[in-house]
Amino acid sequence: MRTAVSPLELRRPRSVREALTMLRDDGPLVPLAGATDLYVALNFGTLAATRFLDLWSLEPLRRIETRGDILSLGALVTYTGLTRSRLVKQRLPMLIEAARQVGGVQIQNRGTIGGNIANGSPAGDTLPVLAAAEALIVARSASGERRIPFTEFYTGYRTNVLRPDELIVAVEIPPLEGKQWFRKVGTRAAQAISKVVMAGVRSATTRVALGSVGPVVLRARVAERSLRAGQGIGAAVMALDSDITPIDDLRSTAEYRRVVAGNLLRQFWFETGN
Amino acid sequence: MQFNLNGREVDIPAHPMRRLLDVLREDCELIGTKEGCGEGECGACTVLVDGQSVVSCLVPFAQVEGRNVQTIEGADAQALQRAFMDHVGAQCGICTPGMIMAALSLGPDPTRRQMQEALAGNLCRCTGYEAIFRAIRAAKRASRRAVTTTETVT
Repeated sequence: MRTAVSPLELRRPRSVREALTMLRDDGPLVPLAGATDLYVALNFGTLAATRFLDLWSLEPLRRIETRGDILSLGALVTYTGLTRSRLVKQRLPMLIEAARQVGGVQIQNRGTIGGNIANGSPAGDTLPVLAAAEALIVARSASGERRIPFTEFYTGYRTNVLRPDELIVAVEIPPLEGKQWFRKVGTRAAQAISKVVMAGVRSATTRVALGSVGPVVLRARVAERSLRAGQGIGAAVMALDSDITPIDDLRSTAEYRRVVAGNLLRQFWFETGN
Repeated sequence: MQFNLNGREVDIPAHPMRRLLDVLREDCELIGTKEGCGEGECGACTVLVDGQSVVSCLVPFAQVEGRNVQTIEGADAQALQRAFMDHVGAQCGICTPGMIMAALSLGPDPTRRQMQEALAGNLCRCTGYEAIFRAIRAAKRASRRAVTTTETVT
């Protein structure tokens, strides 16, 4: 490991309330849960932060429940937890598809949905699902709680609207009509970061969200309008070009990503049609 | 910090942010768990925490407090170890402890797809996966027979 651990500090709250007090009074602290992203950076010696807040044993954040017609997923629910949930299977099957394609079993046993949101990678596997489902991110601090629509959460590449004293405690999924669809395109089925990842919901208000084609996971608003207006899939694929801004990087090229994004939109459209 | 290691309660004083992998190898002197990539990609450092497979290079030591940690040294894996030898499921061997720990989660009669999924997070760069799958299938078959025999005598 390339990082010396002796200067690092780990605060270990025993309750969510204590965690929020620590964030307010002893910050800045970087929340740490399954560590599947943070410890990669630690191993590489590229982790700038030195003070961490261990959330792993905060059991109340592991709940999956419905409140009225809202499905609430605790921030510490792991990918394995998502795939085993009957409620998620009923309400948001595309999230199970996404969770099953994260890393391998070992990563699925540790990585959390809250961590995927907080890490904010444009390639985050669950994020297009949350964008297409119009999820609300529940951020809590010692002084209160607020709900942030997913599409207003990120401000740029790996930056978001959270204040330093706020913690993601849950993500809420409103009722969702229509056929859900998810596909991740990577180098291999497991242990791969996506080249393009897409989630879609086919209904009267069809929604499409993509990852790895811009600095943040995004809703394809122009393509959505085209589809909703009944302009046909060919026009929608053309429209998609103005929604995305893919780049060349070590996983793929901008050109390949544009072609694949269009192909995924077509596949979504044909597979969810009647 | 106290936790259960291979069935024994232990108390290991170590920095909470150290990797579980390093504490196991350096402080507990259990060097069966290997470090491959150090970034959670290869699965060589797989151990079980409360029965779930995890990559120990990505686990802060503090998070195993009060939990059950099982390494290749303490795993009930003799049938798998024997089969990996018999079916040449190991060549250089660095991935083998992780492969075996990951295979422990499989049921008594795994399908090919179940084996592929269970071992998707474990990379092997020499033997190839066919021999590994053959070894796992043989080990599971052997333990099924063992169970049947026991039932016959009792």
